Amino acid sequence: MNTEVKNYDTQAEQIIETQGYDDHFHDHHHGDKYQSGFFGKYIFSLDHKIIGRQFLITGMIWAIIGAAMSVIFRLQLGFPEADLEWLKPILGKWIIVDNGIGSLSQEFYYALVTMHGTIIVFFVLTAGLSGTFSNLLIPLQIGARDMASPLMNMLSYWFFFLASMVMLFSLFLSTGPFAGGWVAYPPLSALPQASTGSGAGMTLWLISLVLFVVSTLLGGVNYITTVLNLRTKGMSLWRMPLTIWAFFVTAVIGLLSFPVLVAGFLLLMFDRSLGTSFYLSEIFIGGQALDHVGGSPILYQHLFWFLGHPEVYIIILPAMGIVSEVLSVNSRKPIFGYRAMVYSILAIAFLSFIVWAHHMFMAGVNPFLSSIFTIFTLIIAVPSAVKVFNWITTIYKGNFRFNPASLFAIGFVSMFISGGLTGIFLGNSVLDIQLHDTYFVVAHFHIVMGVAAFFGMFSGIYHWFPKMYGRFMNETLGRIHFWGTIIGAYVVFWPMHYLGLFGVPRRYYSFDQFDTFRDFGDINQFITIGAILTFFVQILFVINFFYSIWNGRKMKSKNPYKANTLEWTTPIETGHGNWPGKIPTVTRWPYDYGKDGEDYIPQVIPLKEGEEEH
Amino acid sequence: MEVSMQANKAKNNSVHQYKFALYLGIAGLVMMFAALSSAYMVRQGAGNWLEFRLPNMFYVSTVVILLSSVSLRYCLTSFKNGKKTAYISSLLITCVLGVAFLFTQYAGWMEMYNSGIDLKGNPAGSFVYVLTFLHAFHVLGGIAVLGVALYHCLTLSFKVSKQRILRLELTSIYWHFVDILWIYLLLFFILQR
Ligand code: HEM
Ligand SMILES: [Cu+2]
Repeated sequence: MNTEVKNYDTQAEQIIETQGYDDHFHDHHHGDKYQSGFFGKYIFSLDHKIIGRQFLITGMIWAIIGAAMSVIFRLQLGFPEADLEWLKPILGKWIIVDNGIGSLSQEFYYALVTMHGTIIVFFVLTAGLSGTFSNLLIPLQIGARDMASPLMNMLSYWFFFLASMVMLFSLFLSTGPFAGGWVAYPPLSALPQASTGSGAGMTLWLISLVLFVVSTLLGGVNYITTVLNLRTKGMSLWRMPLTIWAFFVTAVIGLLSFPVLVAGFLLLMFDRSLGTSFYLSEIFIGGQALDHVGGSPILYQHLFWFLGHPEVYIIILPAMGIVSEVLSVNSRKPIFGYRAMVYSILAIAFLSFIVWAHHMFMAGVNPFLSSIFTIFTLIIAVPSAVKVFNWITTIYKGNFRFNPASLFAIGFVSMFISGGLTGIFLGNSVLDIQLHDTYFVVAHFHIVMGVAAFFGMFSGIYHWFPKMYGRFMNETLGRIHFWGTIIGAYVVFWPMHYLGLFGVPRRYYSFDQFDTFRDFGDINQFITIGAILTFFVQILFVINFFYSIWNGRKMKSKNPYKANTLEWTTPIETGHGNWPGKIPTVTRWPYDYGKDGEDYIPQVIPLKEGEEEH
Repeated sequence: MEVSMQANKAKNNSVHQYKFALYLGIAGLVMMFAALSSAYMVRQGAGNWLEFRLPNMFYVSTVVILLSSVSLRYCLTSFKNGKKTAYISSLLITCVLGVAFLFTQYAGWMEMYNSGIDLKGNPAGSFVYVLTFLHAFHVLGGIAVLGVALYHCLTLSFKVSKQRILRLELTSIYWHFVDILWIYLLLFFILQR
């Protein structure tokens, strides 16, 4: 393609000065209370860019903890005979030493699995992903000074922090954290005496998650309001980058589904502490009949999955938005099918509310109802496929730049395809009879949600790192990180499909009691080795991240990727208010790459005479 | 926060941003009550469901909260029209009625309890308790907000400014919401027996 590379940076600056929108933001400077002192600037900051980074770093810490937990329980699964005494300094009494051989306590195995799920799903892939990037990018990309309510935004982070602290504390209880699975089904979650983690551990789990929901809602209300109220002049909805569309719809889904989870939790709390029987009926514990009658545990499952399924899209949509943007910038081509992308986001969001019972096919719901949910579930594959098609078409014949961000974006597409296909297996209620609660499900959701969302997050971090810290992350380490992670992820999760097809159940501490599953020791070892190696590759990323904050290659120009979106018109050191003078106004969409023989045309550049909008 | 935080006046949403945010928050709360209502219906469909009469006190509290909404409405128009005494007195009345609502609810719960409907008994009763508790909890929040409005009313000099109209409007939107929510719950309990 014959494209003339033109540097628009200075021109963009002038255009903002002459044609930008003057909101007199810097005239009445409010004593700079936004930047006063260390605490005001970095701790109780009201600035969306700092809050975004707070979410990111907290999320990263949780990611390390969550991943380390998985390595420990994978050791148990891959090497049940191994001596784990060396873990005693960290895990203390949860390592039981018998005849000089240390092994992981069974209760703690369940606690680890539960905490791993809760932490990764909520703290890392919800708060760490959408919290980070919604905060960082919404005001920057729509041309706003900050969020609609910076105060609510700050509170959103601090509620998340509180939730984190409560959960962290629960890890150190003498009875251990909650151990009944991340979905917290009753009766294990409803009866404090049901298992060791069901007492204080579960109480703290509930408190933590309620605080977490408050955080998500405060953030979400803010994101939605900001997108609808504070867009700059000319930034019509159809000129928003797909990142913004994704964050916006994510926040809407969260707003409508998290309160339902709270409703479910509320009934759970009543059952736990006030003796009601919403979820409990005719239960024996230790040979003793409880006087709870008339409740239904299935009711909890309905309420949980009414959030639970939308939640998986709350996790994946921001990643999809990031990937769309990164792929378009790095293939120097407009995103293929922009409107189709938006409509498919909306379709996914809508459908995500009417498929929840596919998690309950085996819980005894009416088979006729199941077939309705099967149909809706399979329909989700349509907008998902539209998106995949558009990503591939976007990079097709593009002038593709391979860098860690774009590699992870491609990796995302690969993972999303692999995991989405197995979703179609699971969505059939008949196949689910065999597959439910096996490693097939574990493989499915780790690939489609866990790994894919992490890839989207990595892609976003590598891409916007310069906007966050004014420096670049190391490319070589980034590439090693990418290849290590994608190979590792497939090594870990691909074999799980076979285990699942053979019926190996998930959430088991050990399989040596079952003749049927005895043959799979080798596969489990293989997976565990893969998991350990992949974990160490992530350490590389963490080192790269922190090293680059202070020592990375400096960002020399405002717009290093020659991208069109507005965040790249802000100064390298982006201060409070984002633009030093006026706010940019826009007349075009953000995907004018390779248009009329020009490599890129930023959104602030006015339409030329006679030029048609895309 | 301050007016300067409104990034620009290139308005693309005619609803003020704080009002809009409040509507969103209300949408979230509506989802929570919708979830509990549907849980109620699902559980009711499963049988073993006790039928009982709602306490009469609930009708009294309905009247109380309706009156409080009327007086708050009057308070807002008086404020906008610069009628100081009407504004202050109607705000006071609203607060008193708000607190009175909680007392009548409490009396309603006692009435239920004394007629043998226990929180721990049949889920039919438990659901009524939980839904009304949760509603009362939101009313409590509303009273806190009304308290702030009253505090402003009594301590700040009387001045009809844009910002103070906005504050009062936000307060009344929320209060009308908890009022409507109560009407909804009452109708729901009556119709879903
Ligand atoms: C083509 C689209 C998809 C279909 C048809 C589909 C279908 C299913 C079905 C039927 C199950 C239940 C399996 C069982 O428990 O027996 C399931 C589990 C799950 N799916 Fe998907 N899925 C799809 C895409 C996704 C996406 C995009 C995500 C996340 C981003 C996701 C995350 C999950 C999770 C987290 C679980 C398991 C939860 C648990 O039991 O712990 N799925 N999927
Ligand atoms: Cu699902």
